[in-house]
Amino acid sequence: MCLGVPGKVLDIREERGTRMATVDFGGVTKNVCLAYLPEAAVGDYTIVHAGFAITQLDEASALETLQMFRDLGYFDDEMGAEGVSP
Amino acid sequence: MKYLDEFADPDLARSLLAEIAAVTTRPWAIMEVCGGQTHSIIRNGIDQLLPPEIELVHGPGCPVCVTPLEMIDRALAIASRPDVIFCSFGDMLRVPGSELDLFAVRARGGDVRVVYSPLDAVTIAEEHPDRQVVFFGVGFETTAPANAMSVHLARRRGLTNFSMLVSHVLVPPAIEAVMSSPSCRVNGFLAAGHVCTVMGDREYLPLAERFHVPIVITGFEPLDVLDGIRRCVMQLEAGRGEVENAYARAVRSEGNATARAMLDEVFQVCDRQWRGIGMIPASGWQLTEAYADFDASLRFDVGSLTVAEPERCRAGEVLQGLLKPDQCECFGVECTPRTPMGATMVSSEGACAAYYLYRRSGLEPVEVRRG
Ligand code: SF4
Repeated sequence: MCLGVPGKVLDIREERGTRMATVDFGGVTKNVCLAYLPEAAVGDYTIVHAGFAITQLDEASALETLQMFRDLGYFDDEMGAEGVSP
Repeated sequence: MKYLDEFADPDLARSLLAEIAAVTTRPWAIMEVCGGQTHSIIRNGIDQLLPPEIELVHGPGCPVCVTPLEMIDRALAIASRPDVIFCSFGDMLRVPGSELDLFAVRARGGDVRVVYSPLDAVTIAEEHPDRQVVFFGVGFETTAPANAMSVHLARRRGLTNFSMLVSHVLVPPAIEAVMSSPSCRVNGFLAAGHVCTVMGDREYLPLAERFHVPIVITGFEPLDVLDGIRRCVMQLEAGRGEVENAYARAVRSEGNATARAMLDEVFQVCDRQWRGIGMIPASGWQLTEAYADFDASLRFDVGSLTVAEPERCRAGEVLQGLLKPDQCECFGVECTPRTPMGATMVSSEGACAAYYLYRRSGLEPVEVRRG
């Protein structure tokens, strides 16, 4: 039950006073409650647990992390360090 | 899917592995607390790709595994009542109680339903005013906001036939228990990223300081796990013991304040038994006094329960990182995901089931991959 994966907010609506969204998880869509993420907008990526969006994915920081990983590899190549063979 | 493939890139995984190998000079034991990370590590063969000095120790962070036997038996007793519709997350149905599991109760005519969200259980209660609807509220801090909201909504909607059997557990007291154990051999922790999306990082600061142990908040994709390990090893090699966030795209230092406010309203801290481990003080949540009307353990008197674990199951040692699943003599013989003897063989977040699913073949993984 703890495996939360990122999904994309497709639409947002109000249901009996609660903010709900349709979220796409790579082709599977689910009804998700936005009560804990009221600022979420259509197109955002969010992590969902038990039908509730609990956090928003920050694109800038995702790209920054990936760039840092790439730089690590670059420096290893520069210094001739051996990659771990698969 | 965005941010999934990127964080499973084999080339970047290789450079992270090389970096880990380059900074490691001594043996270190690192515990991943969360069962979701255990799953990712075993599925991708990460433990087998690390330098031999680094040992990954699987922690107690699988809610299916640590829900106490007494609570499972209580759930089974409530679910067996003819007036009850018992709703649960799917992975709780095969967890063995002393004699039965929820599947067996259903086969005997019990109305046991799998729901995706506790809100579905609230809807079922509205649709069946003549029946008692009980939701099995288990999980760590990640599922707790959903469970809290469903109790809150049930009250707001005036439902008198909805209640929750609450067995919530908390991560920081588990880390404290692991570190306080005399047999502890853990040098650093990967903290569960999704728990921290709700709770933030603040609870971990006093733990890192008191035990001088690195606690690295870590995500779930292969590169996330490798980066968590890398940062943890770098701290250990430098003699540091700090809280660090390796999952910045999802975790903010303050967590989710709206969710935490709801948790404060609905739940209060209590002592909790952990299956296979024992009582950990102040390690769980139960409903507050204001929500006691919604407490299924008060609403349904199930008499006294005598609980009995199978003697040969060593899940307790597995959960504390003292034993690897395949060292248990029942592993893969009498005990399989179809015939689990212990809860760690039930959900794929349990270490025994993860080993069974991904390790039995004996094949070495060829590269970090997504299966
Ligand atoms: S393999 Fe089965 S019997 Fe052995 S510790 Fe794991 S759950 Fe228990």
